[in-house]
Amino acid sequence: MTTLIIIAVLPIVLLYLGLFKANKLLLPVTIIGLLAALGTAIMKWNSYDAPIYHDMMLFDNFSVAFSGITIVSTLLILMLSKGYFEKISHNVAEYFAIILFSLAGIIVMVSYYNLTMLFVGLEIMSVSLYILAGINKKDFASNEASLKYFLMGAFSTGFLLFGIALIYGATHSFNLAAIRDWVTAHPRNMDPLFHTGVVLIIIGLCFKVGAAPFHFWTPDVYEGSPTLITAFMSTVVKTAGFAAFLRLFSVSFISIADFWMPTLMVITVITLFVGNLTALYQHSFKRMLAFSSISHAGYLLFAIVALSAASGNAVFIYATAYSIASIIAFAVLLLVQQQLGSDSFESFNGLGRRNPFLALVLTIAMLSLAGIPLTAGFMGKFFMFYGALSRFQVWLVILAVVNAIISIFYYFRVIIAMYFRSSEQTALEVPGYYQFVLGFSALATLVIGIYPAIVTNLPNLI
Amino acid sequence: MESLTQAIKIVPLNHYILLSAIIFSIGVIGVLIRRNAIVVFMSVELMLNAVNLLLTAFSVYGNDPNGQVFVFFIMALAAAEIAIGLAIIVMVHRNTNSIDVDILNRLKW
Repeated sequence: MTTLIIIAVLPIVLLYLGLFKANKLLLPVTIIGLLAALGTAIMKWNSYDAPIYHDMMLFDNFSVAFSGITIVSTLLILMLSKGYFEKISHNVAEYFAIILFSLAGIIVMVSYYNLTMLFVGLEIMSVSLYILAGINKKDFASNEASLKYFLMGAFSTGFLLFGIALIYGATHSFNLAAIRDWVTAHPRNMDPLFHTGVVLIIIGLCFKVGAAPFHFWTPDVYEGSPTLITAFMSTVVKTAGFAAFLRLFSVSFISIADFWMPTLMVITVITLFVGNLTALYQHSFKRMLAFSSISHAGYLLFAIVALSAASGNAVFIYATAYSIASIIAFAVLLLVQQQLGSDSFESFNGLGRRNPFLALVLTIAMLSLAGIPLTAGFMGKFFMFYGALSRFQVWLVILAVVNAIISIFYYFRVIIAMYFRSSEQTALEVPGYYQFVLGFSALATLVIGIYPAIVTNLPNLI
Repeated sequence: MESLTQAIKIVPLNHYILLSAIIFSIGVIGVLIRRNAIVVFMSVELMLNAVNLLLTAFSVYGNDPNGQVFVFFIMALAAAEIAIGLAIIVMVHRNTNSIDVDILNRLKW
């Protein structure tokens, strides 16, 4: 709870700093505040608390782990913002504050124990993101991304709410444990209200995490939004969406897995193929990352399809690997965009000579996203496939491996451009903050890949 | 208050469910086929209000106030969404002089 309070108060402090024109202080204060929030979150580890506030929130190991990874990712992304927001307008404090409000919603989303809190957390996060997508007010692409995200987000919230209402009608409760008890008390009973509700909730949540066939807004929104915001949306927000998804299904709906699993399995396969095949045809690196994030949503859905006690850890490892690798990719993209003003694959030509450090870390990130051994991405995919195989879903894993091979093509395109294409561009300078973020993320990717015991020895999160 | 719940209970629960489902479907169809951003937005509000009606009916029939509290949450967040949504639509209108959602097609592969 302290974590949530710190993250909710911090943006208000930042708004005051903005009011008194102390823009130099924004980043240091944010970093200190987020580190404090991270510290209080980690102190809750293994405290085995009961749900608090009339069973509204539960801060258990699951919540601590996902709060931790979302706070660290936000921290890394905000460090990249040095000098970025100033180019858009002088309201820098507001941008910081809205990102942190969104993070507060995310902390609620990973710690809820009542459907009311799921809804409130999801909306706090989404409403902040609608604004963030459109902060480039003069840029048409940013306007379009914002309006599209807003209309689609509100539309999907409608589905989620209708599902919640139907489940409430059947069970007379919003509490996750009470819903679980109702399900166990009514076995083998197809309740029209309850089961329709579950399907509508699946639709609503799949919209939010960008799984096919509800993904069509994702590429446009990710491409149109300012790159830093895209980095936030495709890492932190996606992680939080899956944490919320997993908590609901692992606590409440696990005993009717036979009912929703086939649906989710079809969604997973479609998501994998749509994401990977469309990513092959992209000319823009940013749009390619958007489609790759759709395909990673497919891999993350594996943990929910093969729901077991190990699913929480699998999603945690995968989301960690994916987030840090994506942050590297977006950081390099930001630098290249600042130099050349373009996000096509061609602008990465000759990066190996223009700046060897950038090319090296981007190579590590691409290898990790493709799931090559000795990187964190490989461990993530390993645990996802291991979980699915232990539930005897051999075909699902075979299709996923085919997709992993397809993904190598487009991830390696940028590596080939960097090392085997030449360009006349001058060398690229890397600012200090960027060096720290890139170095830290690349090191974390390699350490988790080479010595996975750091993350695999965690106790079961669910 | 007692007479109010009595009044709500005059109509059978199934009728509330059916009415909400119809209103919700009208909202979904509106979002899918209308091209004016404001009308799409109104359709979304229709979906949310169908949910409010449903929650209230369930709450009265289940003798449980939680559902009505949830309705307040939905109303508050719908108001927040309206504030943000109208601001976004105004921003788009300033740049394009149109609020037709078909104009949103510049981002394509």
